[in-house]
Amino acid sequence: MTRFSFWELARKAVNAHQDWGHQWRKPDPKPDYDVIIIGAGGHGLATAYYLAKEHGVTNVAVLEKGWLGGGNTGRNTTIVRSNYLWEESEGLYDHAMDLWQDLSQELNYNVMYSARGVMMLAHTVHDVQVFKRHVHANRLAGVQNEWLSAEEAKAYCPPLNIEKNIRYPVMGAALQRKAGVARHDAVAWGYARGADKYGVDIIQNCAVTGIRRAADGSVSGVETSRGFIGARKIGVVAAGHTSVVMDMAGVRMPLESNPLQALVSEPVKPCFPCVVMSNTVHAYLSQSDKGELVIGAGTDQYVSYSQTGGLQITTHTVDAICELFPMFRRMRMLRNWGGIVDVTPDRSPIIGKTPVPGLFVNCGWGTGGFKATPGSGHVFAHTIARDEPHPINAPFTLDRFRTGRLIDEAAAAAVAH
Amino acid sequence: MLLISCPWCGVERPEIEFRYGGEAHIDRPAQPADLDDHQWAEFLYMRSNPKGLLAERWRHVHGCGRFFNAVRHTVSDRFVCVYKTGEKCPDLEALAREGAQ
Repeated sequence: MTRFSFWELARKAVNAHQDWGHQWRKPDPKPDYDVIIIGAGGHGLATAYYLAKEHGVTNVAVLEKGWLGGGNTGRNTTIVRSNYLWEESEGLYDHAMDLWQDLSQELNYNVMYSARGVMMLAHTVHDVQVFKRHVHANRLAGVQNEWLSAEEAKAYCPPLNIEKNIRYPVMGAALQRKAGVARHDAVAWGYARGADKYGVDIIQNCAVTGIRRAADGSVSGVETSRGFIGARKIGVVAAGHTSVVMDMAGVRMPLESNPLQALVSEPVKPCFPCVVMSNTVHAYLSQSDKGELVIGAGTDQYVSYSQTGGLQITTHTVDAICELFPMFRRMRMLRNWGGIVDVTPDRSPIIGKTPVPGLFVNCGWGTGGFKATPGSGHVFAHTIARDEPHPINAPFTLDRFRTGRLIDEAAAAAVAH
Repeated sequence: MLLISCPWCGVERPEIEFRYGGEAHIDRPAQPADLDDHQWAEFLYMRSNPKGLLAERWRHVHGCGRFFNAVRHTVSDRFVCVYKTGEKCPDLEALAREGAQ
């Protein structure tokens, strides 16, 4: 495999960049593997990468029913941050934040991580109190997060409207400076390339249709659209389809799948310096390097696998953006789309073992899984390789819904986050 | 936006008049004190979340205000039928077979 470098770029330029070659193989499935990962999104590919790199488990296949990174990995709004409320979440998301810092160097693949700052707007007294509580909780845990007045928020993001005469005036903001965005496709491609280098087979267009179990109850492999493939361990990283896949092994999940929509505008010159999120009026906005405004909308209220949603949801978000950023009022939107997110009752993910021996699950990331991709893959690989959770994901068990030890980011955020 | 028929009002209205109520026919346990933790988790948190037909609750909040049930396909989002609370859940497998024909 080609190692990307300035020298390589110069060398290939001589040939007008005609001979870069494929960055990963398209292998046929082997009869069996040590570990099968179901789902070649960012989290699944990261899991395979760290299994091979950190735990020496290289006899691994990643099965994908569609194409690599074609689900929620390619549909999110690319925001990376870690200012969550509870200690467990701070540990998990800040672990990912640490890995983001030099991920491009680690993978020798530019994931375009840009620490341009994520600013979360407060519009009500309740918002102010909640965000200040977050800021203090984060400070105690050593997680970067700070409080800004409305004027300071305006100075950080000049297009912001802080007039008092709008429906929900800005009363202040919480800012995490090292948060930002990363190129979501590049994350999937970088991990795919890295995993492939260690010998991991990435098998696309291979839908899992059943999970086979041995006489002792443990998993023995998966039925797929390309025949049976044996496995000693299986990791399910299927996002919105987790309930469907887990049902093949007879495990019921505390999940509901909803459409989450996003949209992009026509591309314009650089005009928007950071990421702005407003949970209260439902506006999530940043500008991509291509110049498009990348806008996140809310979830539809009903269970659906349709990868589309109601237009009233996006309208609501665009309304809010027009009021907060009046300069965008005449901007045209280019595309909108939906992804299917698997939401847990406490809005925290499930990463760990299941009642079925050899079957592991990483799911429930809801509306905000992209930011955690490196950390999620890292701790999930540890869990699969050693048959026990990493200390960071130990609280995120499936069993917490029986014991009652929930990690209630739902109450902490009160809305999609 | 979905168009939803309210079986109480007998009219079809846009989705914004309605509030979703989640999976239907999850009965509150008759003897709550007798349940163990597994059964509580099942009642409170576990959901079937099917890719296919789902019996679900809706509430006509901006109309009559009443709850009712509906069967909807979660891939096409098409409603198969609506029925009043207290009525029996239709045979989803039979409905799926009919839909396939």
